[in-house]
Order: sequence, then C-alpha cells, then structure tokens
Amino acid sequence: MISIVRTYLTRLLPQLIALATIVAAVSIVFPGFLNLEIQNGRLYGSLIDILNRGAPVVLLAIGMTVVIATKGIDLSVGAVMAICGAVAASLITSGHSLGVTLLATLAVGVLCGVWNGILVAVLDIQPIIATLVLMVAGRGIAQLITEGAILTFNDAGLIFIGSGSFAGLPMPVVIWLLFGVLVALVVRRSALGMLIEAVGVNREASSLSGVLTPVLLIAAYVLSGLCAAIAGIIAAADIKGADANNAGLWLELDAILAVVVGGTSLLGGRFSIAASVLGAIIIQAINTGILLSGFPPEFNLIIKAAIIVFILVLQSPRFRTAFTFLSIPRAAGKPTEREAK
Amino acid sequence: MKQKYLPLTATILIFLLSYALCVAQYPNMLSTRVIGNLLTDNAFLGIAAVGMTFVILSGGIDLSVGAVIAFTGVFLAVVLEHGGMHPLVAFALVLAITTAFGALMGAIIHYLEMPAFIVTLAGMFLARGMAFVLSIDSIPIKHPFYATLKGLYYKLPGGGRITLIGGLMLAVFAIGILIAHRTRFGTNVYALGGGTATAKLMGVPVAATTVRIYALSGLLAGLSGIVFSLYTSAGYSLAAVGVELDAITAVVIGGTLLTGGSGFVAGTLVGIFIQGLIQTYITFDGSLSSWWTKILIGLLLFAFILLQKGIIRVSRHERQRA
Repeated sequence: MISIVRTYLTRLLPQLIALATIVAAVSIVFPGFLNLEIQNGRLYGSLIDILNRGAPVVLLAIGMTVVIATKGIDLSVGAVMAICGAVAASLITSGHSLGVTLLATLAVGVLCGVWNGILVAVLDIQPIIATLVLMVAGRGIAQLITEGAILTFNDAGLIFIGSGSFAGLPMPVVIWLLFGVLVALVVRRSALGMLIEAVGVNREASSLSGVLTPVLLIAAYVLSGLCAAIAGIIAAADIKGADANNAGLWLELDAILAVVVGGTSLLGGRFSIAASVLGAIIIQAINTGILLSGFPPEFNLIIKAAIIVFILVLQSPRFRTAFTFLSIPRAAGKPTEREAK
Repeated sequence: MKQKYLPLTATILIFLLSYALCVAQYPNMLSTRVIGNLLTDNAFLGIAAVGMTFVILSGGIDLSVGAVIAFTGVFLAVVLEHGGMHPLVAFALVLAITTAFGALMGAIIHYLEMPAFIVTLAGMFLARGMAFVLSIDSIPIKHPFYATLKGLYYKLPGGGRITLIGGLMLAVFAIGILIAHRTRFGTNVYALGGGTATAKLMGVPVAATTVRIYALSGLLAGLSGIVFSLYTSAGYSLAAVGVELDAITAVVIGGTLLTGGSGFVAGTLVGIFIQGLIQTYITFDGSLSSWWTKILIGLLLFAFILLQKGIIRVSRHERQRA
C-alpha cells in the first residue's frame, strides 16, 4: 500500500511542486489567497474559485488524457462544448424536463465522440485532421441550433449545475471530482488503462496481439466527447445561456496543455489522469493568480507562455538526458531522474 | 496521370465546378470585380497559408500564425502612430522580429525535441501576449504612406482591380512554388516530411532545414500581418484569431497531406479560392447565415480527407500488385 502511494507521489511530484510554487508565489503577493470561509454552508475562497473556474478544462483534460494516451488528439472538444451547450439550452427552453435534457445532451456528446472515433479508427485518418473537421464545423452546427442568438434559460435545475453547491463544494467541482475518480477507477482497476497505453505505444503490434484497437480508439474519443458534453453543460449553466460563438473557445488548447503539463507525452503511451487534472488546476491557478496578484492583465498570456515553456523544457527528452548526465557524478547511489520515473 | 497530381486536380475541378454553379445562379459572379475582391479579401490568409504549406509539407504545424499577424498589426500601429517611423523601416523591422521568432520556435522544436504542436502553441500565447502588452486598444493607422499603398492597383478589363495586397499574395505564391520545387531547401522540406530519420540518412541538414522552415513561416506570417494592417488600416491585439486554422484548412483542401511529404503550394492557392468562393456565395445569396461557411468548409475538409485516403489506398494496392 505504502509503495503504491509512493509510486503515485513520485509520478505527481513535479506537478505538485509546480502547483505549490505557484500557490506560494501568489499568496506572497496577495495575502488573502489562502483564506477559506464558510458562508451559507458553502466554502468560499480563491482556492475554491480555482477549482470551480477550472472545471471545464479539468473535465476536458480527463478525456483528452485518454485520447492522447492512444497517440491521438481531440481538437473538437471546444466545439463539442458549444454544440452540447446549445442542445441543452434549446431543449430546456422548449419545455423538456431536466432529465431528458441532460440525457439528450450527453448523448449528443457521445455521438460527436463516435464520429471522431470512426474517422480515426475505421477510416484511419490522422487524429489531428479527423477532429479538425468537427472543430471547424462544430461551431457552425452550434449556431444552427441556437439560430445565431444566445439562448438563455431560467430552469433552476440546470442553473444549479453551474452555480449550486453540494457538501460545501460548488457543483462543478463535485462533478469533476466524481467523474475523474470514476474514470480513473474504471481505467486503472481494470486492464483498460494498460490496453490504451498499448495502443498508444504501437497500434499495429497491439492489434496483432489481440487488442480490439478500433473499439478502444472509438471508446477513447467517446469518453472525450462525453467529457466535453459535461463541460458544455457546466459552461452553459454557469452563464444561464448557450453562446455558440464563445462557449469553450480555445479550451481544447488549454486541455491539451493541461495534459502536457501533467507529463503525459503527446506521442502516446503512459498516462496519468490525476496528473492531467493537476495540470489543468496549475493552468487555472496561473490564470487566477495573475489576476489576483495585480499584474496588468495584458501580461497574462506572456507569463503563461513563459511558465509553460519552462515546464516543457524541464520535461523535454534532450534536457532530461543532459540533466541525468550532469547529475551522475554527484548523485552516485541516489536514483537518477530516469530511474525514479 | 501521375497519382501525386490527383488531389490537386480534384481541388481545381471542385473549384471550377462550384464556381460554375455559383455563376449559373448569380451570373454577376463571373466578373473581374468579384475575382479582384476575392484576391484582396483573402490576401493575408493566402500569404500566411504559403508559410503553413511549407510547415505542413515538412510534417510539422504552426499554430502561432494568427497571433503573429495580430502582433505585427499592433506593432506597426504603435510604431507608426506613436513612434513616427517611416512605414518601410517599420515593415523591415517587424519582418526581422517575426522571422527571428519563427526561427526560435524551429530551434526549440529541433534541439529540445518537443512536438511542434506544443511549441507553436506556446508561441501563439507569447505573440498574442506581446500584442496585448503593446496595446489593448484598436489603434487606427493614419499614415499618408498607407493611403498611397492602398491606392495602388492594376485595373483589369471589366472594372476589377488587383490591389497591391492581392498582387502581393499572387507573387508570394509564385515565389513559394519556385522555392518548393526549384531549390535545394524545397527538396529538403519534402524529404523531411517523408520521415526525419530517412532525411537524415540521405544527408539532409535537419537542424538548419527545420529552423528555416519555421523562420519562413514566421516571415510570411509577418508579411501577412503587414497586409492585414494595410487591409484594415488598424492594429488590434484581438484581430486575426483563428487564422491559423483557416490556413491549415486551405492547405488540406489544397491537397497537401497533413502527414507531410506530399502536396503543392499551388494547391493551397486553390484552397484559399474555394474558401473565399463560399464566403462570396453567401454574401451574394444574402439569406444564408454566415455559420453555413463553417459547416460547408468542415464538410469540404472531410470530403478531401476521404479523397486523400482513397488515393493512398489505391496507390498502395497498385504498389503491391507491381
């Protein structure tokens, strides 16, 4: 048991250190950063705010991790968010019940995933182009559903998903926590995770050794579509409306970034959902931190780019080799970076 | 006919066919005015797409293009309106900056062995961020030299005009075609797209080529930014969002394989024309909403990907039989 915890900790250590550094840096500049308080039976504070604001990217990152582990990429998640938000808003305003609306919206997300999955697995199209199709067309489809306007709704149940709270935590946080744990359990407590990694490392070899590659690939994209649907519902519920133009805009890039910051290689293979979730929270912590610490907002993107480049350089294979090479004489006996991994 | 010309031929046929359909419905579309406007309105996209073609031919991708265009626009606006520099000097300066920026990204991609996707994504954040730092307002450019440049055009029979920027795009495409097919650098790009390991074994200077490819893309993105600032007469840090996607789409519709190694710069031009034609048609129709543009372009993209898949499969069959 202890060894399992230790393996997880060593895997997540870089991300945890990065997050702790960012939180520490921001709390020096902005002392109220770590404050938490309970009002009306609900936690409030900047930290909770980060978890809450980060919900869509965290959800997208969960699906994206699995897709990237299969050596794929899903560019369409932002557009799928817009489609699903539009579907949810149009169903609820036309008088359907909350249950029907949610189920239908999730089904639409799954459908988008099946489309991407079939393009990648059956038609054997490169993932980046296959999902580009839906990325380009998706926003058009979403606008078709909302007829170009921002559809607003007043359904208390749907709004609750965006701004309600459960057990002291905001609903979006509860949703991604539950969903993340569920996916991680399903993937890691069964052989699924290993099979996904096998497909990512070598699709042909895993096909030959009896892995149902097409099914697994489609399932990965379906999961990503499902995550995008949930994220889309949260985003729409948050603003009480579906904005086909801006919902989830460029979030696919944030999600991919979260996965990369989480240490999962874009070349497929080994993946960690927990690390990607941490990656997404790191990105959100950077965003919120920059705002709170009073930097002019114009600098947001530059600071973000600088931090990302720094993390990526640390992770780059060339740098690691150099680091291992340099640290051998001093750290004889201690496990080198490569072994610890 | 050679197989490698098939996607290009298909693209050209589809363009001619859809143009004929458009003309059948709206005879006015067959005028040099429409063609002239098509060139002017898509000039900045076309120039950026030439750079993107080279990047994609080499098997990479450049997501920073739109942000670099916005940066160029804001930089020019700030320098011209607040700095009092002559536009030509400013143009040279900004082109040097964007070229160096592209080269830096290329160097990071090669020497740190990081995926182009992520490096250029960080580049996109950085360029957009620099634009924000320079100014968050939309700055109009009122320099008299801009008015002179915008006034330059070649009059076609029938009242159409090939403006300076429209002509510039055609020139960039011509030079791009020459570089791709008539220089050692062009051959190296194709070789790199065929596979880095193979290219290395054949003696292609991988490092220099990679850096040059992204430098070229940066240079053309900068040029595209200059054209964009001439076109809009303003610099705004939120401008040209998503241009990189339009450029990638044009490249794919133009018949270039996203895996690299196969395609033509000329195809990209036709890809730009097809996208422009869809927009022109929607303007002519008047009742269709602009979101149909996105859906149609998505469908076209899908159709072309399928076509390419089909061609690859057929050629593989033939090779096996041979």
